[in-house]
Amino acid sequence: MAFEAAYSDIGRLDRLSYGDTFIHRLDPRAKVVATMLFVVAVVSFPKYEVLSLFPFFLFPVLMAALGDIPAGFIARKVAAVSPFAVFVGIFNPLFDPGTVAVAPGVSVSAGWVSFASILVKFTLTISAALLLIATTSFPGICRGIRRLGVPALFVSQLLFLYRYLFVLMEEAMRVVRARDMRSFGGRGTGVRVFTRIVGTLFLRTVERAERIYAAMLARGFRGDVPSIRLEVLRPADAVFVLAAGSFFALCRLVPVTETVGRLVRGIAL
Amino acid sequence: MSHHILEFRDVRFRYPDGTEALKGISFLITHGESVGIVGANGAGKSTLLLHMNGYLLPTSGDVTVGEITLRKETRPEFRRKVGVVFQNPDDQLFMPTVFDDVAFGPLNLGLPPDRVRERVHEALRRVNALALADKPPHHLSGGQKSAVAIATIIAMEPDILVMDEPASSLDPKSRRGLIGMLRSFSHSKIVASHDLDLILDVCQRCLVIRDGVIVADGPAPEILSDAVLLEENNLELPLTLQGRPPGNGRP
Repeated sequence: MAFEAAYSDIGRLDRLSYGDTFIHRLDPRAKVVATMLFVVAVVSFPKYEVLSLFPFFLFPVLMAALGDIPAGFIARKVAAVSPFAVFVGIFNPLFDPGTVAVAPGVSVSAGWVSFASILVKFTLTISAALLLIATTSFPGICRGIRRLGVPALFVSQLLFLYRYLFVLMEEAMRVVRARDMRSFGGRGTGVRVFTRIVGTLFLRTVERAERIYAAMLARGFRGDVPSIRLEVLRPADAVFVLAAGSFFALCRLVPVTETVGRLVRGIAL
Repeated sequence: MSHHILEFRDVRFRYPDGTEALKGISFLITHGESVGIVGANGAGKSTLLLHMNGYLLPTSGDVTVGEITLRKETRPEFRRKVGVVFQNPDDQLFMPTVFDDVAFGPLNLGLPPDRVRERVHEALRRVNALALADKPPHHLSGGQKSAVAIATIIAMEPDILVMDEPASSLDPKSRRGLIGMLRSFSHSKIVASHDLDLILDVCQRCLVIRDGVIVADGPAPEILSDAVLLEENNLELPLTLQGRPPGNGRP
């Protein structure tokens, strides 16, 4: 069951990219560059930084809102992979016992602060990456990075990964179903059977790869996957990259949260 | 139009493991002919088809299209003339969208973008799949996939169209649509299938293969009504020729 749910979720991410909003229409290169700038800006913060990261949430929130992507879906996907980030940071509170004051009268170990920083950075970067896929489509991204100079071999591997992920998952799903049909009371679902299933899937994949290669040769394949869709950069793309880039630079170089806090307090007083 | 002639002259093929799959196959297919290839599982049909565009090269004997003899060096030319539609559309459609997939062949032929667009448009129109252009292949139904798989080949405008089990895994209506489509093509056609009714509807001529040799070659209606010959080759009369009475379906 878990497997089938994961499968349908990937399909959904894929379908979201069929949308036709301002964000969807931007050149893939513009979105790839903006997302890379975003990731670099976010991860370049020192390890005890938490508050200064918050303004960055504006980027994924705007992408989701303008791109008409359901925020709940993206949040669930981020939560699904969050155990990785939790494992990376979970021991920080133990190894980094120095205390810092977070509010008047409240102090915690520095490890908790760096743990929080890791979680925030993780949430920001993963949601930005998911939104990039949801608004650009995986093939769009591949076209974009190909035109940004990534080698053809690498891009075609990514394209095939995307194309055959669904086929392979469906095949795995059929095998798992067939196994579950005949494994009563959990017998037959152990590791030994599992490794054999993986082996079978591998062999089938090799055979399939051979058939695909035959089909590619039949149509004149000579090493590069050609594309005819050559998007032209428009002013809107330049504006998007410039606006996003300068916003990231501002948030990275100026302590925005603190400044806003001072301003709000200044008005209140 | 001599370049539309496909000829096999005493073609033999032995797989690296020693299995001799083709043991001297000879036939000539002329311009505009449509030919069915039938035979039991393992008779050598697939091996034969893989020779038609040079994926496999004969161990001995010659395959020629027009003036070109199949050799390692002539394979690209051969592939331009003979288009093979493979059995499983998931193997045939490997690009992220239908449009890109149909454009793949023409782009590899080195056509300029405008011509490629025209060809893609025309090929998709021929198979009634224009509306699918922007969809990724994994979100298509089986019938749509096989229509698009055929479009990927006709976009290259081959002289001869070769198909391996084109109707397997199609529902009856999609199958009927496919048959209508195949009949509308003016290409020379070669169809390998166990679906004898389809062969009867699409092909004038029929070859029967057994153990790597041709055991019968003649007009399709004649061959496909020869119950003894079919029986010997693990086949049976096409349903339309079985003459079952209406009602409970029992003879």
